Amino acid sequence: MDGMHDLGGKQGFGRVRYSLKAQTFHEPWEKRVNALYSLAVKLGIFNMDEYRHAIERMEPRHYLSASYYERSLTSLATLCVEKGILTQEELERRAHGAFPLSTPSAPGRPNVATREHFKPGDKVRVKTDYVPGHVRMPGYIRGKTGVVVSESPAYPFPDAHAHGVKAADEPTYDVRFSTEELWPNSADPAFVHVGVFQSYLERVI
Amino acid sequence: MPDQSHVHQTTASVEQRVDAIQAAFDERGMKPGEFIEEFRHLAEEQWVPENGARVVAKAWTDPAFRLRLLANGRDAVTELGLTMPVHHRHLVVLENTPTVHNVICCTLCSCTAFSIIGLPPDWYKDLEYRSRAVRQSRTVLKEMGLDLPAEMEIRVWDTTADTRYMVLPVRPAETTGWSEEKLAKLVTKDSMIGVSRL
Repeated sequence: MDGMHDLGGKQGFGRVRYSLKAQTFHEPWEKRVNALYSLAVKLGIFNMDEYRHAIERMEPRHYLSASYYERSLTSLATLCVEKGILTQEELERRAHGAFPLSTPSAPGRPNVATREHFKPGDKVRVKTDYVPGHVRMPGYIRGKTGVVVSESPAYPFPDAHAHGVKAADEPTYDVRFSTEELWPNSADPAFVHVGVFQSYLERVI
Repeated sequence: MPDQSHVHQTTASVEQRVDAIQAAFDERGMKPGEFIEEFRHLAEEQWVPENGARVVAKAWTDPAFRLRLLANGRDAVTELGLTMPVHHRHLVVLENTPTVHNVICCTLCSCTAFSIIGLPPDWYKDLEYRSRAVRQSRTVLKEMGLDLPAEMEIRVWDTTADTRYMVLPVRPAETTGWSEEKLAKLVTKDSMIGVSRL
């Protein structure tokens, strides 16, 4: 989905709030949230693709105003409700107030039927797919051309794995794009490497 | 009783919401308290940048290890007793040189090789770094205190899959003859993310 989470290349954001030896956690509840969603994954209640997608499904106004760990919390609660582990009513009763959840999921998809095998040096284009469910193709590479640098081991296909759709594992290709290709005349000169799933790519002849 | 479902209810505080889930888990026998303690230990004692620092120092002093690390990071780090979560199937080590600078980010969320380089710092997960690192790399690095020479090639690595990355910094020139232990103390989490050079 073309959600609010897909931030690569979005303009208007200011300086990074950088500090030396920056912390990961700031409040004790943040560690608890991280632990609770890890526990849910460990218990097999949901997988990491479902977890990521439930964050992406947060209503954009909520996504942008929530802290990183509030997003984790919202994903955890949404999935526990969707999986029938608990209900929103129970959560709101226990929390003494509203407990906003993510928006419902659109359908997932299996692997693309016409997958090709690429090797380093091959020129590839990212397909102009518009996927309603989970996808790990950042919007800024859609339709763009790059060069394959290497191949990863096969992973569960996120577009399927986040939705309980059966699919084969598939490799990602490390594709090297120039920022001039991605944002002509509108980026610092550099190369951007993205791990692109096989289903997202087509050969450029 | 009148229907109140249209009435806006005040959102519970984030801590109340965490308490609510934890209590619900507890009531279902999922033992959240025990797991929180276990996680706290992992986050504070196990997933620390000192792991990656040992990897870097070893690569600087042992050329054969460096080659194994660049060929297959995941296998190589196990030689130092380090592990990665099962779903991180691949560790790609990006070697900086005097003319190439690598930097990692995750535009879609916050992915990192956290069991090796440590959990991601707050700014790595912020909207600013995620939106700008891919498009304005040189500007962002300069704002963060790393002013790279114009001729230095920048490679940004967007962690969009469960392949994880770490940067192998350039060994500082003045460290000839240093022990691995002493070298490891130089290596920071930020240098393995690639927002600083040593």
